[in-house]
Amino acid sequence: MAEETAPAAEVPPPPPPTALELLGQAIATLAGVTAWKIESGNELVVHVERESLLTVATALRDDPRFAFEQMMDLCGVDWPEREVRFEVVYNLLSVTLNQRVRVIVPTGLNEPVASVCGIWPSATWWEREAWDLFGIVFTGQPDLRRILTDYGFEGHPMRKDFPLTGYVEVRYDEDRKAVVYEPVKLTQDWRSFDFLSPWEGMTTLPGDEKVFTERAEERQAQAKG
Amino acid sequence: MSETVHLDQTPRGRIVEIDSHSINFGPQHPSAHGVLRLILELDGEVVERADPHIGLLHRGTEKLMEYRTYTQNVPYFDRLDYTSPMAQEHAFVLAVEKLLSITPPDRGQWIRVIFAEITRVLNHLLNLTTYALDVGAITPSLWGFEEREKLMEFHEAASGARLHANYFRPGGVAKDLPAGLTDRIAVWSETFPKFCDDLEELLTANRIWKQRTVDIGVISAEDALAWGFAGPPLRASGVPWDLRRTQPYDKYAEVEFQIPVGRNGDCYDRYLVRLNEMRESVKIIRQALEKMKPGPVKVQDRKFTPPSRGEMKRSMEALIHHFKLYTEGYHVPAGATYTVVEAPKGEFGVYLVADGTNRPYRCKIRSTGFAFLQATDVLCKRHMLADVSAIVGSLDVVFGEIDR
Repeated sequence: MAEETAPAAEVPPPPPPTALELLGQAIATLAGVTAWKIESGNELVVHVERESLLTVATALRDDPRFAFEQMMDLCGVDWPEREVRFEVVYNLLSVTLNQRVRVIVPTGLNEPVASVCGIWPSATWWEREAWDLFGIVFTGQPDLRRILTDYGFEGHPMRKDFPLTGYVEVRYDEDRKAVVYEPVKLTQDWRSFDFLSPWEGMTTLPGDEKVFTERAEERQAQAKG
Repeated sequence: MSETVHLDQTPRGRIVEIDSHSINFGPQHPSAHGVLRLILELDGEVVERADPHIGLLHRGTEKLMEYRTYTQNVPYFDRLDYTSPMAQEHAFVLAVEKLLSITPPDRGQWIRVIFAEITRVLNHLLNLTTYALDVGAITPSLWGFEEREKLMEFHEAASGARLHANYFRPGGVAKDLPAGLTDRIAVWSETFPKFCDDLEELLTANRIWKQRTVDIGVISAEDALAWGFAGPPLRASGVPWDLRRTQPYDKYAEVEFQIPVGRNGDCYDRYLVRLNEMRESVKIIRQALEKMKPGPVKVQDRKFTPPSRGEMKRSMEALIHHFKLYTEGYHVPAGATYTVVEAPKGEFGVYLVADGTNRPYRCKIRSTGFAFLQATDVLCKRHMLADVSAIVGSLDVVFGEIDR
């Protein structure tokens, strides 16, 4: 289907666009799609603006060229160093056309994403999970409770700034006859070993900063020249 | 004891329901298949609303994975759905291989197919027989566990562990099969179809079994798709969708097998689909045993797979490689992939984001049971309380993977 209705691509005759490229081009015509690319050889990735998520998602499900009846997975990804911190990733599947697409929506700390649970009901729990683990807020979601963490849990554990050991630990207190929460006590400090070899992993060795800055200047000069 | 009392409190009249109550099913309930806490709102004995509370087995696997190298992360996948360990390792190693752009040698791929199918049989045996136990039949589970024991011995022979195999590796499998194992698997594959017949004799035409499962928990193909179903529950609703056929990985494109598809989407069809899938798995295993040739079982690039012990004793280079692989691990180029396999329960996916270091930046595990359990409310609505355990059992949920 995608081959027939996709707009005529301005590519030179040799390498004809693959079915996946045609699909990508067709999806790119939807309003709100900012970029698309083919990643890891055969996976189509589409970046969509946060504001137009719902219209794009509806088109992806209802347009016979796309027919993505299933939302197989939804998850958050945290990029603390980016200006727009989170990514919400939707992995869609069409069983009728046997194709997949990955829709990525960027969103910030205080920017809610429209819930797609009206389009794919399966999104409900995955969105609850993204809220629970990342603190991404979804609007129009009828059931935005925590899902995986404990009742009364505070914080969003999958964020990169949340420590692996967490903040509280739980034990049964024999005296109080109750389960009690206490701040985490480690008999040995948490050690995150950096196994990255200095030969490939690091660009600057201690005491060797000058070489690095010179190299960076050279690279900048090359970029300008 | 459902009764509705009409109390005329206002001139217009108002209906007050006095016998609607909610109960706690679980978290420790024998037919909850793990730690599921199900809040059921009942009208007498009829379920009005089911609200599953999950996360009681949440171990933060995804978070932990961000602090481990790729090699160290493989065992986590055994511990997700502990009834089908190797199928999940399969998804992870395929994802890593995809990012590394490596392809395991033929023998490695065949071994993975054989063990993915053995795992499927293991999983279905456990599910079908304990499901029968849930609705009152004890014999199948006694028989089924005996068969499972044989399969676990194959796991043990290949990997050294009965359950948490940690056998698949990015680039192939950990080591070649021990001598004689293929013959033992071949002998088992001759006898197993007879076991399926026996199991079917116990259940398929069993009046009580049919009363408990036929027309219980019906879901239409459209609903199943909308709720993100995959695997046997989707096929039981009449959608002939199997990733081994539609998006084949490893050597699945080279084997012939049928895809059992149900018609009614009820608990009984889900049982039939699984039962027949076991028979198809045996066919795949037999073909794989025939087509498998001697050869290397993992990529021979020492930047990804460790050298043999003997090599390490003789070659300095091999020793360095070994040391580097088990401390630093290998670096995976930056990129992302969503790689799926047809796990026994359905589509099991790994969304892996690599940032060029030796650890995953993010690894999202798409667990199959999560989507099934989410639909419990839809499936259980207006069913009797006793049907809840029949429905939960037919969905084949395991909390190791749902809670992660």
